[in-house]
Amino acid sequence: MTKVRISDDALARAGGADKLAAAFEAKGCEVQRTSSWGMQWLEPLVEIDGKGFGPATLTDVDAILDGTSDKAIGLIEEHPFIAGQTRFTFARAGKTRPLSLEDYEATGGWAGLKRARQIGSEAIVEEVKESGLRGRGGAGFPTGIKWDTVRKAEADQKYIVCNADEGDSGTFADRMVMEGDPFQLIEGMAIAGEAVGATRGYVYLRSEYPDAIRKMNAAIELCADIIAPFVCEVRVGAGAYVCGEETSLLNSLEGKRGEVRAKPPLPALEGFLGKPTVVNNVLSLAAVPHILTEGGAAAYKDVGFGRSRGTMPIQLAGNIKHGGLYEIGFGVTLGDLVNTIGGGTASGRPVKAVQVGGPLGAYIHPDQFDIVFDYETFTEADALIGHAGVTVFDDTADMLGMARFAMEFCAAESCGKCTPCRIGAVRGVEILDRIKAGGRKRDRLELMPQMHNTQKDQGRDAGDEIGLLTDLCETMKFGSLCALGGFTPYPVMSALKHWPEDFTRNPELVEKAMSEPAE
Amino acid sequence: MSDKSEILGEIIARHHHREGPLLPILNDVQAELGCVDAESEALIAKGLNLSRADVHGVVSFYHDYKTEADARPVVQVCRAEACKARGVEAIIDNATRAAGERVKIETVYCLGLCSAGPAARTGDDLHIRLDAEGITKLVEDA
Ligand SMILES: Cc1cc2nc3c(=O)[nH]c(=O)nc-3n(C[C@H](O)[C@H](O)[C@H](O)COP(=O)(O)O)c2cc1C
Ligand code: SF4
Ligand code: FES
Repeated sequence: MTKVRISDDALARAGGADKLAAAFEAKGCEVQRTSSWGMQWLEPLVEIDGKGFGPATLTDVDAILDGTSDKAIGLIEEHPFIAGQTRFTFARAGKTRPLSLEDYEATGGWAGLKRARQIGSEAIVEEVKESGLRGRGGAGFPTGIKWDTVRKAEADQKYIVCNADEGDSGTFADRMVMEGDPFQLIEGMAIAGEAVGATRGYVYLRSEYPDAIRKMNAAIELCADIIAPFVCEVRVGAGAYVCGEETSLLNSLEGKRGEVRAKPPLPALEGFLGKPTVVNNVLSLAAVPHILTEGGAAAYKDVGFGRSRGTMPIQLAGNIKHGGLYEIGFGVTLGDLVNTIGGGTASGRPVKAVQVGGPLGAYIHPDQFDIVFDYETFTEADALIGHAGVTVFDDTADMLGMARFAMEFCAAESCGKCTPCRIGAVRGVEILDRIKAGGRKRDRLELMPQMHNTQKDQGRDAGDEIGLLTDLCETMKFGSLCALGGFTPYPVMSALKHWPEDFTRNPELVEKAMSEPAE
Repeated sequence: MSDKSEILGEIIARHHHREGPLLPILNDVQAELGCVDAESEALIAKGLNLSRADVHGVVSFYHDYKTEADARPVVQVCRAEACKARGVEAIIDNATRAAGERVKIETVYCLGLCSAGPAARTGDDLHIRLDAEGITKLVEDA
């Protein structure tokens, strides 16, 4: 009987994978539903004897079975998109059935946890430190150091919280881990529990991911005995981007408004319900089982660039020809990712801009494509790796529109705690609208004789408004408590800086305004 | 006793023992009743020994909770950056036109399908690679 493998990842399913699987079954094939290889432009991807066919539709079924399909891509493992990767976290991607304990064990599953239990908490933390693993949720904080803080804290109860809120546009690696290799994440959490002395774990999972919720719940039930005495539970969010920020997340988990907490106290010392808590991103935790295997830490550390060690599951998204998940050691250039690996835009038009790091990340111009993936390099360039989403735009993109959206998004998602973010973002949208309109006339108040300081003979031109925007962005950057308000200026100002012609017909106004902020 | 208070009582009992029970309760109330209205807020507050203001503060914070039930089918369209890069803004009018008063079009920010947008969600079903025709059909079939 022909064995056919088709992913049951949400993206493949949205592309019709379920119907396709049923069609192959109707033809008498044995269909296995596996995780996704991550070549999303080819989903739904059909695999027979290691060979791939995609994107497959119902009309391709016969041709695929009789070997005449023009959707053939050859051996999947040899496809340049797969062969060029270094897969640690996604080592099982495409190869195993997500909820099969048998597949998981057969591919080295639970080895890390077993070893962790043997070597004990201090040694686990040492190995995570040695691996050089830094938080994959955005801030890049060394995971081992965070764990050590929680390990050393005295408390009757400690918690492991997995941040699965993945709200950044252009990112889906957390989703793919949860849908494709849920046991690996649970194992990572159990190891974290072992390391710091926590017996309870929560996965805070966004409500926008129905498939991931279902699979994580099922996986936790299936492996409850294996991870015991560690207990794990899924908590579903309620649609708030800011709840990805760790202290907001903890408030939400406690059943409060997702308002950001001032730090200190660090969540590591006073986190969930005031107890010492590890909050880690899905990818950080999912990297741990591999690191904890014999020699895993050294193997992880050997890959990378500068102080960014190991691999990053990079997500190629937006207007890109070959979109999907690309796990590779730090040090790859952005140009390679977008043009060589990603194949340029999906529309075939020139690349205009790339946003890395989600809605809070800067828009990067193709002139800067030699920038390498490394936390320090990106910070120096006023850019953000964040959760490593790479969103490509072609030359039809309207960068004023994107800057406006950054402000609009911040206004919609602000937790409301601080003024620069709560009010500034709303004003930012208004200013951008006025820039688009080329400025505005003086209003009635300004025209009153008592208002000595306003010029009465002319309105405010786009340059004045750009000066105001620059000023506002400075205030948001330095006056906001968290990165939502504090980083929204990056996409706005980078758009303004690199594409002034999208903001005004007199780009020299931008240069002038940016060099001397408003009065 | 109204039906509603019975349903709420059951939901509260289901989660009462959990650490931080409020969000799981609100999620279930929203799912089962289609909204979290003032009456539900009051009952939940009583059940958890919280003030009504506390519960209302939480309910009003999250986008997923609605104050009124809406019987119309809902199509959630992603309008975040990656879907914008793939042209969602050019087809959103097709969606609203097809929707008319019958279907509710909601904006969401990212469904994690960002290499294959424009993306949308109906119930627990996801949709990718939508074009003008695709989104019109999706709304019409909703
Ligand atoms: C507005 C905002 C949104 C965030 N969203 C997420 C998110 O969705 N997932 C995530 O892991 N971290 C997110 N973070 C970062 C977290 O605050 C935190 O740094 C992270 O969960 C720590 O885990 P890590 O050390 O493993 O990266 C966000 C931060 C901010 C300011
Ligand atoms: S910057 Fe915005 S989201 Fe962050 S704490 Fe302040 S108001 Fe809340
Ligand atoms: S941006 Fe639309 S699905 Fe992610």
